[in-house]
Amino acid sequence: MRILVCVKRVPAPGAKINVTTDGQAVETAHLGFTTSPHEECAVEEAVQITERMGGEVTVLTVGPAEAEEQLRYAASVGCHNLVLVPTDGLALDPQRTAAIITETVGGLEADGGGFDLILFGNESADSGGFQVGVRVAHALGRPIVNGIKGIDVEDDHIVARRAVDAGFEVYELPRPAVLGVKEGINLPRYPTMKGRLASKKAEMVSQPIDAENGGQVMVRLHRPAETVKETVMLGDSEEAAPAIVDLLEEIGVLQ
Amino acid sequence: MTLLVILEHDRGDLAEASREAMTAGRSLAEQMGDDLHAVLIGEGADHLTDEAAELGAQTVHVVTHDILTDYGPDAWAESVRQLADEIDAAAVLAVGTDRGNEVMAQLAARTDLPFVANCVSVDASDDEGWSMTRLQWGGSLLEDSTIEAERKLVSIGHHAVVASDALAPGAGTVEEFEPELDGSHAVTIIKDRAVLSQGVTLSTAPVVVSGGRGVGSADGFGILEELADLLSGRVGCSRAVTNNGWRPHADQVGQTGTRIAPEIYIATGISGAIQHWVGAMASKRILAINTDPEANMVAKADYAVIGDLHKIVPAVTAEIKRRKGST
Ligand SMILES: Cc1cc2nc3c(=O)[nH]c(=O)nc-3n(C[C@H](O)[C@H](O)[C@H](O)COP(=O)(O)OP(=O)(O)OC[C@H]3O[C@@H](n4cnc5c(N)ncnc54)[C@H](O)[C@@H]3O)c2cc1C
Repeated sequence: MRILVCVKRVPAPGAKINVTTDGQAVETAHLGFTTSPHEECAVEEAVQITERMGGEVTVLTVGPAEAEEQLRYAASVGCHNLVLVPTDGLALDPQRTAAIITETVGGLEADGGGFDLILFGNESADSGGFQVGVRVAHALGRPIVNGIKGIDVEDDHIVARRAVDAGFEVYELPRPAVLGVKEGINLPRYPTMKGRLASKKAEMVSQPIDAENGGQVMVRLHRPAETVKETVMLGDSEEAAPAIVDLLEEIGVLQ
Repeated sequence: MTLLVILEHDRGDLAEASREAMTAGRSLAEQMGDDLHAVLIGEGADHLTDEAAELGAQTVHVVTHDILTDYGPDAWAESVRQLADEIDAAAVLAVGTDRGNEVMAQLAARTDLPFVANCVSVDASDDEGWSMTRLQWGGSLLEDSTIEAERKLVSIGHHAVVASDALAPGAGTVEEFEPELDGSHAVTIIKDRAVLSQGVTLSTAPVVVSGGRGVGSADGFGILEELADLLSGRVGCSRAVTNNGWRPHADQVGQTGTRIAPEIYIATGISGAIQHWVGAMASKRILAINTDPEANMVAKADYAVIGDLHKIVPAVTAEIKRRKGST
C-alpha cells in the first residue's frame, strides 16, 4: 500500500482567536501550532493501515517553511516520506491550494509509483473551505467521499463509513481512491522516544510549486460580535447543590 | 436568470436544513432580481414538490435517473451541473451540511469555479462580483470574501439562518429532468447503512452533562453518567478527554466534535477553549462547574459554581434523589 496524507499546519488558539491589525491573518505571536485534528487522525489511520498491510505513508503539506514541524511530527508517529511545498506564508485560496497539491501528487506518482489511497482531513481547522480534497480527487480522476470515520482496505476496493447522526452510511470505492477523514476514526498515538529520534533524521523533500489564483478573494478576518453577559454565581462548594436543583426544576428538565 | 437551491432529502424526508436553504434562497433571489428554483434529486422526492413551492420555489426540478436511488456526491453534483447549464443558473446554493458542502465542492471541481462554503451573509446586489461573510474556525472567526465567477457557488452555514415560511408561496411549476449519468457517477453512491443509536443523541439531548480534563480519569465520569441519567440527558466531554481515551469521540462537544443545543449544558472541569465553545454556544443555558473562577467557561456561562466537581456533582445527584424521594 502506498498512502498519501495531506495535512495543514494551523495555530492552536485557547480562549480567544485574535486577528492581526491588518485583518489578514490570525495573530499567532503567542500561539503554538498543530496539525488540523481531522488530518492528525488521517495520519494515524494511514500508519495503522500500513502496519497491517505493509507499505509506506507519505505526508504532504503546502505551507510555510515552519510546517516542517508538522511533517516531523507525522514522521515521529510512523510516516515514512515527508514532502513540503513552501508557500512563503501566503494564504492560498482553495482552488490554488488544490492545483498545487494535484501537480505535486502527479510528480510524486511519476517518481515513486501511484498512491493506492490519498487521505485528506474533512475540512481544515482554520479556513474550513470544505473543497480542497474534492478538487484534487476530481483533477486526478479518482472517487472521493467525505466525512469518513471508518476505512477497510480490500484487495480491489475500499469500504468507507461515513458518520451520520444515528449511525453510518457505507460506501465502496474502487482503488485508487481519495477520502476526507474526520476526527474520531481512531485515537492518534503519541510519539515514542524512538519515533522522535527517527523523525529528526527523516528525509524531507522541499518542492516549490505554485499555481494560479482561484476566484475567491479573502478581504479580511474579524471576530463575531460577542454578547457579554453576567454570570450568576450559585456558590463555591457542594453547598450550591440545592440552588442548582432549583434551577433544573425551574427550567423544567427535572420531572 | 435563476438561483438554483439544492434541497436535501433522504428517500422522501425533507431535511430541516432545506428549509434554511429556501429561506436564504428567497432573500438572495430577491437581491439578485432572479427567479428562485429548487432541485430535488433521487427516489421518493415527488411528493416534496408542494413543500418546495410553499417555501417559495417558482420552479421545482425533479431529477430522476436509474442510478439516483440513494445519495451519492458524484451523481448528485453531476445532475446539478447539467441542470444548472440547462436552465442557465446564475448561482447555485445549498446549506453547509456534510452533504451540502460535499455536493457543492463536487460541482465546483467539475466546473472549476470558486465555491464559498458556510456563508452567514451574502451581498448579491452586484452581478459581477458578490461579497460575503463566511465562517472560519467552525464559527469562532468570520471572513469577508469576494468572488467573481460566471456562476456563483455558495453554501449557507448550517443554522446560520433561522428557517421561516415564505410570505407567499411560489408557483411551484414542476419540471422533470433526466441527466446523462453513467457507471462512473455511481461508484460513490451509498451501498449500505448501519444504524447505531436510536433515541436521544448528543445533538438532540435536552440536557448535556459534560466533563473535561478536570474529571481526571475514565472512571471519574461515573458521577456525570449518574447525573445525566437522572435528567434523561447525555454525557459529553472535551477533546482533552477523548485524546486521553477516557470517552469515545462520539461524546466530544466542539468544532471537531458534535454541536449541541440543549436546554441546559452542565460543563464541569472544562476550561472553555474557543474550539469547545463553538460546539456548546447554541445551548439555551450553561452552568459551569470549575475550580478556577477565571476559566473562560465560567466567564461565558449563565450560571457557575466555583469548586471541585468531584464534590459538587454527587451533591447535586443526592439532592435530586432526596427531592424525588420526598414527593
Ligand atoms: C483545531 C482544533 C480543534 C479543536 N476541537 C475541539 C473540540 O471539538 N472540542 C474540544 O473540547 N476541544 C477542541 N480542541 C481543543 C481545545 O483547544 C482545548 O485543548 C480543550 O477543549 C481543552 O479541554 P479541557 O477544557 O477539558 O481541558 P483544560 O483546558 O485543561 O481545562 C481543564 C479545566 O478543568 C478545571 N478543573 C480541574 N480540576 C477540576 C476539578 N476538580 N473540579 C472542577 N474543575 C476542575 C480547570 O480549572 C480547567 O478549567 C481543539 C483544538 C484545536 C487546535
